[in-house]
Amino acid sequence: MNQIEPLIFDKTSPGRRCFVFPACDVPVKPITELLARDMLRKKEIKLPEVSEIDVVRHFTRLSQMNYCVDTNFYPLGSCTMKYNPKTNEEAARLEGFTKLHPYQSVEQCQGILKLLYDLEQMLKDISGMSAFTLQPAAGAHGELTGMLIIRAYLEKKGEKRRKIIIPDSAHGTNPASAVLCGYEIESIRSHANGLVDIKKLKEIFTRDTAAIMITNPNTLGLFEKDILEIGKIAHTMGGLVYCDGANMNALLGIARPGDMGVDILHLNLHKTFSTPHGGGGPGAGPIGVTDELASFLPVPGIKAVDKLITESIGNDVQKEYILHYDYPDSIGKIRAFYGHIGMMIRAYTYLLSLGKEGVCKVGKYAVLNANYLRHKLEKQYDIPYGKTCMHEFVISATRQKKKGISALDIAKKLLDYGFHAPTIYFPLIVEEAIMIEPTETESRETLDAFAAVMIQIASDIEQQPDRVRNSPKTTPISRPDEVKAAREPILRWDKK
Amino acid sequence: MDYIPNTEHDRKMMLGEMKVPSFESLLKDIPAPLRNFSLSLRQGLSEPEVLRVLRDLSGGNISTDAYISFLGAGAYEHYIPSVVDHLASRSEFYTCYTPYQPEVSQGTLQAIYEFQTVMCELTGMDVSNASLYDGSTALAEAALLSLRLHEKNKIICSRAIHPEYRQVLKTYLKGLHTEIVEIDTPEGITDTDQLKKMVDDKTSAVLIQSPNFFGCIEDMEIISTIAHKQGALFIACVNPISLGVLKSPGEYDADIAVGEAQVLGNYINYGGPYLGFFTVKKEFLRRMPGRIVGQTVDSEGRRCFVLTLQAREQHIRRQKATSNICTNQGLLALRACIYVCTLGKAGMAELANLNIQKSHYAYERLCALNTVKPVFKNPFFHEFVLKAQGTIPVNKINEYLLKKGIIGGLELSGFYPELDNCMLLCVTETKTRESIDRLILELSQI
Ligand SMILES: Cc1ncc(COP(=O)(O)O)c(C=O)c1O
Repeated sequence: MNQIEPLIFDKTSPGRRCFVFPACDVPVKPITELLARDMLRKKEIKLPEVSEIDVVRHFTRLSQMNYCVDTNFYPLGSCTMKYNPKTNEEAARLEGFTKLHPYQSVEQCQGILKLLYDLEQMLKDISGMSAFTLQPAAGAHGELTGMLIIRAYLEKKGEKRRKIIIPDSAHGTNPASAVLCGYEIESIRSHANGLVDIKKLKEIFTRDTAAIMITNPNTLGLFEKDILEIGKIAHTMGGLVYCDGANMNALLGIARPGDMGVDILHLNLHKTFSTPHGGGGPGAGPIGVTDELASFLPVPGIKAVDKLITESIGNDVQKEYILHYDYPDSIGKIRAFYGHIGMMIRAYTYLLSLGKEGVCKVGKYAVLNANYLRHKLEKQYDIPYGKTCMHEFVISATRQKKKGISALDIAKKLLDYGFHAPTIYFPLIVEEAIMIEPTETESRETLDAFAAVMIQIASDIEQQPDRVRNSPKTTPISRPDEVKAAREPILRWDKK
Repeated sequence: MDYIPNTEHDRKMMLGEMKVPSFESLLKDIPAPLRNFSLSLRQGLSEPEVLRVLRDLSGGNISTDAYISFLGAGAYEHYIPSVVDHLASRSEFYTCYTPYQPEVSQGTLQAIYEFQTVMCELTGMDVSNASLYDGSTALAEAALLSLRLHEKNKIICSRAIHPEYRQVLKTYLKGLHTEIVEIDTPEGITDTDQLKKMVDDKTSAVLIQSPNFFGCIEDMEIISTIAHKQGALFIACVNPISLGVLKSPGEYDADIAVGEAQVLGNYINYGGPYLGFFTVKKEFLRRMPGRIVGQTVDSEGRRCFVLTLQAREQHIRRQKATSNICTNQGLLALRACIYVCTLGKAGMAELANLNIQKSHYAYERLCALNTVKPVFKNPFFHEFVLKAQGTIPVNKINEYLLKKGIIGGLELSGFYPELDNCMLLCVTETKTRESIDRLILELSQI
């Protein structure tokens, strides 16, 4: 299968058809009778002319060039590549969900509204936050929503603060989201222990600081043990605490950001709550806030109201679920309609399956798996921060680099062994970073197999480093020329 | 059911091997007060139980398949060929991450490259990114691009742009010292005289949707000229399905063309996930938000694909990135690509034409009734506005229709108070003549 698959555009044969529409059953008029001639397109659209079997084979072959969670272990740090349950897929594909229009009246949508309402209650319970919006499209969109809320909240108090403090270990979306709201970024260097430097934070958190954006556990896989103190520092100065909850998997059933002094939290349904990544998306990034900030949430919200049902045998009160717009301080709308419903159905299905005991096991086994793997690798690799970890840990391949083998080389060698590579070169504060997150859905045997390969690679680097160079060799392609791609961009097919 | 393979036995073995006295000792960094809570979640369920709950919830909705729906307004029902669901349901596509390791992600990368080509072909623009969240955020990102480009702070947009898109635009631009000016749409299309007066050398961009929220087709050529005369960017928000017949943004010299590509093979899904697309002229390539896939060669000279021009993105540039977007709408872009390839060149033209024929058939016959009256006279694609003539308000009409198995049009007074007792009706190729005739019959009797 290691052959190049031609582009579907190059498979064109004029006149070939795949799908056909039913014949038009209304009287057909010439288009120029219905629309002005200058509204019509003149430019040819060069789209494929192929048969159904061409389309099916093309995309099936493409799929076979992908590595995925269903193939094997995917220890991509910070991405929580856990198993995506098939039950979730079945639920999300039910016709009562997929074929529901967002502008149908609420009476026609009671099923989905109940689901969304219940999901909000579950996320509140798990996170300890007081109110939720499910609308943000992904983690970064949740961050943006959170920043908008912070700004609106401070403005309502008559304060115009300019700065957001962000640790240097934070994900790139954090600063990018904050500047979108017009904030300046003040980066804070991590303490030698990998955590937020509390002394430093006290110095720089002023009345001009709107908030600190913190990730807990942070991207080194360490729990910010001074989180309560961080909250105090921010709140004493009248500022807020935003928590990037991308790493919530570590905390499921173990601790709740809502109890930690966090004012706003985003969750990634596509990480912690098992919705698939789809080769890049869609995800969903709901945010939870404290009571005080609830009135700033984007509209619409979802509410359950009592509805009196009059029946022949008497009256009955039922819950009716409605969309409401009464958040008096709302930041407005952050997207059209109500969010990534398909992802919410999957997350809801997942939480129903897990229940209380399941949710509590997730955090525990995620932490156990990460520590187990960490323990297995700590002799062969440098792990600069922490003695134990939460759901992930970060190796530094500096020792290997001295032998001429980089984190990138190690990542690529793993591909030849049939494993996906961990996240590399992130967080930026670790040299030659290799960030490993096993998740709770992997067995001891899988972790053992991965560790054995990592150890083999480390030993090869010591004894015969050439074996580790120039990988991968067994994948559909070898290393691509990325410089060429950026220097001479070819971004679309064109007719030769 | 918790999907956790390790058993109590495994747990003991692992802790033993680590020489860790107890699992709890791994959590010693977490302050004790934080450990003191209990969840109120219910007990977990087995698969048959879970699916029973989900089927009940699904059944608690009225599907547009069970009824005949004439709702559009930014979320459109089109027939989705079986091929699309089957191919996009391959877990090799849906259970992988963003293609950070190109050697084991050529499937995703090539499909995105093909998607980019499809979007360029439809819009007539030079380059496309790999997707943004939805049409509304794509429009907002387009405005942001224009604001980064020059020192101008005025954004002009038509009132006939989807009201929710305009609300999102406001949310995104608030706090960035920008002025948003809205242009009236008296005849259902943007007032070009007013527009001419408002566009000045402070104008960063002019934003127009066509077909617009009322379904009407705007005079994009004239508006493009007005914008460019003052050095403003012209940003077109378009429906990709209409482009099978309507003039493409490339042909009327748009600088950026964005929109909602849910229509290309993605379900209406109660509003999401959808598929924002973003295409530009070549000169704006390096200022584009979002991921882009490019072609290159591997170390053996074989053609292959990678994520490229990443120096624009947040993971490299952090606060200096062109956008904060990371996770996008990959799987929906794949579906769009498969959908367009399945319909093919002839199919996309037929589809646009079918939408025009069916909606015009419905429009003409509805206009002949005494009970409703057309509101705008301008040419439209597959949506139009009708005003109820009798004493029965639109919401009551819709209640009546629902009893007859019909989901009527969107009542407009919420978004446009001046359009009281009006509804926006959409007729796509999914409506048979028989179903359209049923709507006509019912509306004739109100
Ligand atoms: C720590 C962290 N924060 C934020 C994000 C951004 O989330 P998303 O990709 O859903 O926008 C990610 C994911 O990539 C992450 O790992």
